Amino acid sequence: MPSLHYEYQVSGDDFTRAGEASSDIKNKLKQMGVSPSAVRKAAIAIYEGEINMVIHAGGGAISVEILPDQIAMELIDHGPGIADIGLAMQEGYSTAPDAVRSLGFGAGMGLPNMKKYSDEMTITSRVGEGTTVSMVVRFE
Amino acid sequence: MANKFFHSVYLNGELCKGCINCIKRCPTNAIRVQNGKARIIKEFCIDCGECIRHCPHHAKLTRRDHLDLLEKYEYTVALPAPSLYGQFNNMTDVNLILTALKLMGFDDVFEVSAAAELVSEESRRYVREHPEKWPVISTACPSVNRLIRVRFPNLIDHLLPLLPPAEVAAKLARKRAVERTGLSERQIGIIFLAPCPAKVAFARSPLGIAASGIDGVMAIKDVYQILLSYLPAAEKNPQELASSGKIGVGWGIAGGEAAGMITDSYLAADGIENVIRVLEDLEDEKFTPNLQFIELNACSGGCVGGVLNVENPYLAKAKMKQLNKYLPVSLQHQEDHAFLDSGELYFTEPITYEPVYQLGSSRMESMVNLKLVETYMKEFPCLDCGSCGAPTCRALAEDIVRGFAKKEDCIYLLRDYYDTLKKSQLLQETGNTKKTMEGTPYENPGIDR
Ligand SMILES: Nc1ncnc2c1ncn2[C@@H]1O[C@H](COP(=O)(O)OP(=O)(O)OP(=O)(O)O)[C@@H](O)[C@H]1O
Ligand code: SF4
Ligand code: SF4
Ligand SMILES: [Mg+2]
Repeated sequence: MPSLHYEYQVSGDDFTRAGEASSDIKNKLKQMGVSPSAVRKAAIAIYEGEINMVIHAGGGAISVEILPDQIAMELIDHGPGIADIGLAMQEGYSTAPDAVRSLGFGAGMGLPNMKKYSDEMTITSRVGEGTTVSMVVRFE
Repeated sequence: MANKFFHSVYLNGELCKGCINCIKRCPTNAIRVQNGKARIIKEFCIDCGECIRHCPHHAKLTRRDHLDLLEKYEYTVALPAPSLYGQFNNMTDVNLILTALKLMGFDDVFEVSAAAELVSEESRRYVREHPEKWPVISTACPSVNRLIRVRFPNLIDHLLPLLPPAEVAAKLARKRAVERTGLSERQIGIIFLAPCPAKVAFARSPLGIAASGIDGVMAIKDVYQILLSYLPAAEKNPQELASSGKIGVGWGIAGGEAAGMITDSYLAADGIENVIRVLEDLEDEKFTPNLQFIELNACSGGCVGGVLNVENPYLAKAKMKQLNKYLPVSLQHQEDHAFLDSGELYFTEPITYEPVYQLGSSRMESMVNLKLVETYMKEFPCLDCGSCGAPTCRALAEDIVRGFAKKEDCIYLLRDYYDTLKKSQLLQETGNTKKTMEGTPYENPGIDR
């Protein structure tokens, strides 16, 4: 079965570059003939993850594996980690600083949206060491 | 159905020097230079006019109608795009331009800006009644619609399902002409004076309706000189023909359509690169959920920036603002409301996704091809030099898997190939005759070309 692998570095100090991975993946999925709704789900999930890495974790790395029927994304950072994942997953919970809120982020909807748009999601995190978010979006 | 990839932009092969300027400027990577001449890939082109704007040899042109079209009809009506008004110096009265249009040979005029006011009114109603479609995306720029159709399938549902003002003007103008003359619809020629190739393409191959009501499209720049010559006569004897206000005329410049929405919750972007950025972000849902309306114009500055205009877009914009000072906010007529209520402003055909970027006919084939693209990418130098005739190395790799190009089109790979060929030839020669080996003057032929 064919598979495709992609790696992206997410820089921690450049907001304007968040979205590069999502946009690249989107184009590839469209070239593969993946349905628009699945493209949308994957793009939103990965974009929210990118932004979180920029805002909360000082950047990180994304690795993507595409199979004929699904896309698996792993977002790894070495930021501060999440102490209470259950709390972080709640809609509206956010520790985003004011400067970031003024840019329109910090509604506390990122993780809930990632959960909503992916078919599988797991978060592992250790305070002081970092966070890994794994998501799968299936195409059919 | 009309050819769904009809284009008004085309190449004059004699003028084209194969210089690759245009391939780098095309926002959809639709141009290749092959055998020394540019070629437009019809599935990718959106008639935005960027290549026309940037071709130093003026080899990219717009198909359009010319003045002789007037002779084909018993009665003709000119539909001037609002941007026409920005082309003249010190213009304070639209009636002068409209009168000059009649003097130059049209039997009547119907301002596109008048129809635009109806579209504005109906857009306000649509946006108000359909919060589930927010943000509603304007459909007035055909280039943007074509882009969304091939590249942003998830946004199709947000498109404002209303006819563009020129199309609405065509309907109203024909109705009025039939009433006034008693002629049959076919004896009447409705001729749009347009700012851009995208509008020409729309009239031939529209989206949202089965067929356009516009019979011909002329370029603003083709009628401009003639109009200028009739302006003095028009000044002596101006007719009262103007029937639109600030809201309608404002459609000619970026932000004008959005201003007509009378809401604060809008965004307006102009220039095709900016438009693409907004659409990308929209697709990732980066905008606030209460954003109601998005106006997008492929041209910088809005329709005054269209390549079939004469005046510099920024000067034209300033002139239109000046002219706008003298206009009422909006001019509406009794019969217009009946028209609004008739629903005739709405699309009758769905806009459907055209997956032209797909690399194969099935998911599996596309995926195998995408993998092949990635393999080629590892071999290419990734300089995006354009020498192969494709705008980027990636575009060349995609062309190869689509069967339009071959690996050796890359001059770097060709050079390597040439090197190995030469080396093996040298080896062979040295095997045969020792004498030539001694006399070999160079080690690595082909490096300094
Ligand atoms: N990669 C991460 N590293 C550390 N903390 C994180 C990370 N991702 C999320 N968090 C924590 O979880 C909280 C909730 O994240 P979520 O993405 O849902 O909201 P947000 O980023 O604060 O706001 P929004 O995503 O709506 O702009 C964040 O405020 C932050 O405290
Ligand atoms: S009109 Fe626009 S999309 Fe078409 S080839 Fe020219 S630059 Fe590309
Ligand atoms: S912005 Fe206006 S002038 Fe430019 S392509 Fe679109 S419709 Fe034509
Ligand atoms: Mg977030």
